[in-house]
Amino acid sequence: MKLGLAPHQIFAYTGGRPLDPGRPCAVFLHGAQQDHSVWILQSRYLAHHGFGVLALDLPGHGRSDGPVLDSIEEMGARIAQAMRQLELQRLVLIGHSMGSLIALEAARHLTERVAGVALCGTAFPMRVSEELLAATRNDPATAMEMINVWSHRASIAPFAARPGNPGPGFSIVWENLRLMQRIARVNGRHVLANDFAACNAYGGGIEAIKALPCPVLFVLGEADSMTLPKFARGLIEAAADGRVVRLPDTGHAMMAENPEGVRRALTEFAHSVTAAIAG
Amino acid sequence: MSGPKHPRFDTLTLHAGQQPDPATGARAVPIYASTSFCFEDSEHAASLFNMERAGHVYSRISNPTVAVLEERIAALEQGVGAIATASGQAALHLAIATLMDAGSHIVASRALYGGSHNLLAYTLKRFGIETTFVDPRKLDQWRSAIRPETRLLFGETLGNPGLDVLDIPSVATIGHEHGVPLLVDSTFTTPYLMRPFDHGADLVYHSATKFLGGHGVAIGGLLVDGGLFDWSASGKFDVLCAPYAGFHGMVFAEESTVAPFLLRARREGLRDFGACMSPHTAFLLLQGLETLPLRMQRHVENTRKLVAFLAEQPQVESIAYPELPSHPDRALAEKLMPRGCGAVFSFNLKGTRAAGARFVEQLVVFSHLANVGDAKSLVIHPASTTHFRVPDAELAAAGITQGTIRLSIGLEDPADLIDDLARALKAAAKADK
Repeated sequence: MKLGLAPHQIFAYTGGRPLDPGRPCAVFLHGAQQDHSVWILQSRYLAHHGFGVLALDLPGHGRSDGPVLDSIEEMGARIAQAMRQLELQRLVLIGHSMGSLIALEAARHLTERVAGVALCGTAFPMRVSEELLAATRNDPATAMEMINVWSHRASIAPFAARPGNPGPGFSIVWENLRLMQRIARVNGRHVLANDFAACNAYGGGIEAIKALPCPVLFVLGEADSMTLPKFARGLIEAAADGRVVRLPDTGHAMMAENPEGVRRALTEFAHSVTAAIAG
Repeated sequence: MSGPKHPRFDTLTLHAGQQPDPATGARAVPIYASTSFCFEDSEHAASLFNMERAGHVYSRISNPTVAVLEERIAALEQGVGAIATASGQAALHLAIATLMDAGSHIVASRALYGGSHNLLAYTLKRFGIETTFVDPRKLDQWRSAIRPETRLLFGETLGNPGLDVLDIPSVATIGHEHGVPLLVDSTFTTPYLMRPFDHGADLVYHSATKFLGGHGVAIGGLLVDGGLFDWSASGKFDVLCAPYAGFHGMVFAEESTVAPFLLRARREGLRDFGACMSPHTAFLLLQGLETLPLRMQRHVENTRKLVAFLAEQPQVESIAYPELPSHPDRALAEKLMPRGCGAVFSFNLKGTRAAGARFVEQLVVFSHLANVGDAKSLVIHPASTTHFRVPDAELAAAGITQGTIRLSIGLEDPADLIDDLARALKAAAKADK
């Protein structure tokens, strides 16, 4: 569904059922050069297990209108503005990679509404090598292929995921690359460079997480070679109530590589933080 | 740039889609001969049925052994996923039935396998789906045949019987200009010789019975989605972009940006039409697939030697093989399939129908049967078998003469194959005396 939000429409997948504003709401935020569909199983599951769900396409990504926003701060502020416009309460903000930084930024604007924040495949600072940054600008096709390889568990994931995502018979590696290519076709070649530059430039992570009174979940893939788990340490230590789930044999594309592990971690966290508020 | 690399083709033929069996450590792909799979509890069952969690429920919809084959061919074709079917014909039907309703229209190459032609020309017509057949080499025919209700362009990478090379980049572009995807039958080429997605095709299917399996022991089909066709932007595919009452109002294009076609094909097509692949068949096809690169190299090497031999024989009137200077698609073939043009070709023998029949009967190493893509060399004489009842004028229109012989070149020693052909040619010459 398109959320009728000024100044530009934002697309949200609601998990296969209408959004119920009376329920706590899980807001899913995707990573660089991706869209809502990376959360297909986890978002659909939560939508049928007690939550309203908004799996968003970020501005300028996928089906959402408007230009891409240049910085994590702008992206976070825009998401926060959208949540206020929708008058949603009891939010659980869930972000992956770049989306995790956006979730942090959005949450700092919404402390009164946010019950918890889940950061999947996160790191701070989220540095991007000069070589890769240059590739995103000058040769995005090659950059996407490199990112795709690095996003999956190097030893095994290119061969298979168990169980498949979103089901048997799918190739998670090629799904991921084709999605990035689709975003480039539909939204423009500039999106990749924009997103990676935004991640690289973001400096507000520690400040943002210190401002959060709510619990923060870290879901880290032990085989993540894009955002190595050790690079989340600073955020974990700065969080007032940080909780960590480490997923073995899981790379950066964790929602596809380990959909069950991510689902379990998010479900338990979302229920616990919203139950605490209700209680 | 340094860093990990994606596994290469030959590695993927052995490993894609599989890890050692987590329950037993089995290195080979186990045959999961089970119709159904236990639920952890009622909540697990409900979430599997509602597509909230991934897993196997019932082997008509998915099966662990079959899934390995599906993920392997998806990796080899560089598609977002695949669905294994009971046959190549079932894969073609599944693609069409997923995308079309009564009133839909297909534009197809005229140079098709007979079974595909029958499906399009006669059977689907009964269900309100019409096909316009075009000369695959004439791009203006493709363009002018497209109607508002056209939902698919369809051709074979190498057409039948003249091995017309489908100009995939051009035909795909025409389709995309009209918001219509291109489906390609890639049976004769396999991903080893060409990946149609690299050239703009949107959907690919195989009769896995042929070169993918490679040993003539199992019937099966594989339908693969490249993941780049924009079903939403096309505006012609409500089947994928509007709520589907048959699955709780699911909008497949919202569930998955790149694979809504496969979601519906599995959730509706396998569920309702049921033309699924058995795990035993998947196992057999996987055994063949493991050696696809080695076999295809040898198939092509042997074919080139036999084509060269036949080209020198005075009894041979013509040979249709795209690597020959005489073939009208030679330049296109060099561009699209630089590794070779496969191992199936036809040649025309001078003389009568009796000479053709005699030629086939005298072959010893070649097996006389109606199949292609086996490790063993195969032969058929259409005028005395598959097209026995077809009048001469219709035969000519189909590019078949009294002396047309179709060969599928296997993996035997090429010298033995040449000896076999030489012997049969001699016998055929006597038949017309």
